[in-house]
Amino acid sequence: MSTLTSGRRNRWAFLFITVFAVFPFFQAAQLVAQERPYFMTYTHDMEEPGNLEIAFKGVTGKPQLANRFTAAALELEYGVNGWWTSEFYLDGQSTQHDSTIFTGYKIENRFRPPMREHWINPVLYVEFENISADKTLREIMGHDGKDDFIDPNGESRIEKKREIELKLILSSNFKGWNVAENIIAEKNLTNEPWEFGYALAASRPLKFSASAHQCAFCAEKFSAGAEMYGGLGDRYSFGTHLTSQYLGPTVNWTSPGGTTISFSPSFGLNDYSIPRLYRFGVSYEIPQILSAFRKGGAR
Amino acid sequence: MKRILRIRPFPLFLLSVAAPSLLWASTLWINKVPAREHERVNPIVDSAEAKAAGQLLYDDHCAKCHGDDAAGRGKRPSLLTDRVQNDATAGDLHWLLVNGSLRKGMPSWSRLPDQQLWQIVSYVKSLKR
Repeated sequence: MSTLTSGRRNRWAFLFITVFAVFPFFQAAQLVAQERPYFMTYTHDMEEPGNLEIAFKGVTGKPQLANRFTAAALELEYGVNGWWTSEFYLDGQSTQHDSTIFTGYKIENRFRPPMREHWINPVLYVEFENISADKTLREIMGHDGKDDFIDPNGESRIEKKREIELKLILSSNFKGWNVAENIIAEKNLTNEPWEFGYALAASRPLKFSASAHQCAFCAEKFSAGAEMYGGLGDRYSFGTHLTSQYLGPTVNWTSPGGTTISFSPSFGLNDYSIPRLYRFGVSYEIPQILSAFRKGGAR
Repeated sequence: MKRILRIRPFPLFLLSVAAPSLLWASTLWINKVPAREHERVNPIVDSAEAKAAGQLLYDDHCAKCHGDDAAGRGKRPSLLTDRVQNDATAGDLHWLLVNGSLRKGMPSWSRLPDQQLWQIVSYVKSLKR
């Protein structure tokens, strides 16, 4: 048993080492993306046309009466054009004293109808997901809570979820601050009711103007803010009761090479929530990815 | 009393030339800038430090499309043209950075704080030859 556990640990260690080791090699195609420090909340910032962002986002937590888990998503985000961003996720999770499994995939598209910047900028989000035993907690929906983590992976992965998710993303920039609200509706394609959720966030860079010299740890390389998210029940019992709610600070740092590292502890606000979740992420943006395959390569 | 449809070639020719020209002019980003934005003055225009910071920001965010020398790349436009260097005011360029030209592939840079956008404008305007 201990050999098995150590094998699983090694797999996760291998994944982490691969991700952190591979990202610096993209330095040749340097592009410093100014990312928001959010894990759950989308803003109206679209991916630049032709750019590909590769991100690895993880979460770990210890629900009461259940084993500690670590889940991660590999995200590939591509800017199709100025008003359309497409994203593909591969999800997995590892549960202590249980197993490490691949939990499915998600495909999402975001469309920004207004072509100009307004006080409030709406973006429409459509996602299809095919998952089972997912613990990445990219959104809290319906009556999601700590009890969902009690079943062992062998049982919970039997239930396949094919879901459509819609989001209305509202986002504003004001005097260097960003404030974003996401209203989420999700429908399992089997005969289950619509479920609802939300995410709210606000953040700002620690310094608004850029330095006149290259620096790794200048204040403008850091962004900080707070995120709150949770479920809103389903169409038969709408509201914040019998569902989990989280709130926490969030921070990120963009290295001079363009890699962004993010961290956020989230705290459960009621008895249905996991007491603490620790989120971490690393992302890198490759500019004009398709030009690398054209004659002459990327410039 | 039969009416004969007479085709007048000259007005038709004039229309066929003028309509696309007007359409083209109306899609130029510079014609969409509101008067209030057009008249905005760069608060940090003469600062050498702002230009240096703007150059670093340009290298990070703009050079991949517009080129290290701002002369453009492939179909991505040069920033050394008369339109950018002479016709456009600092307010016009700031407006373009905030709003982008999403249909034509120029993303919105509203994610950057206003101060950084003005630093980029300072640098771009300093490229005037």
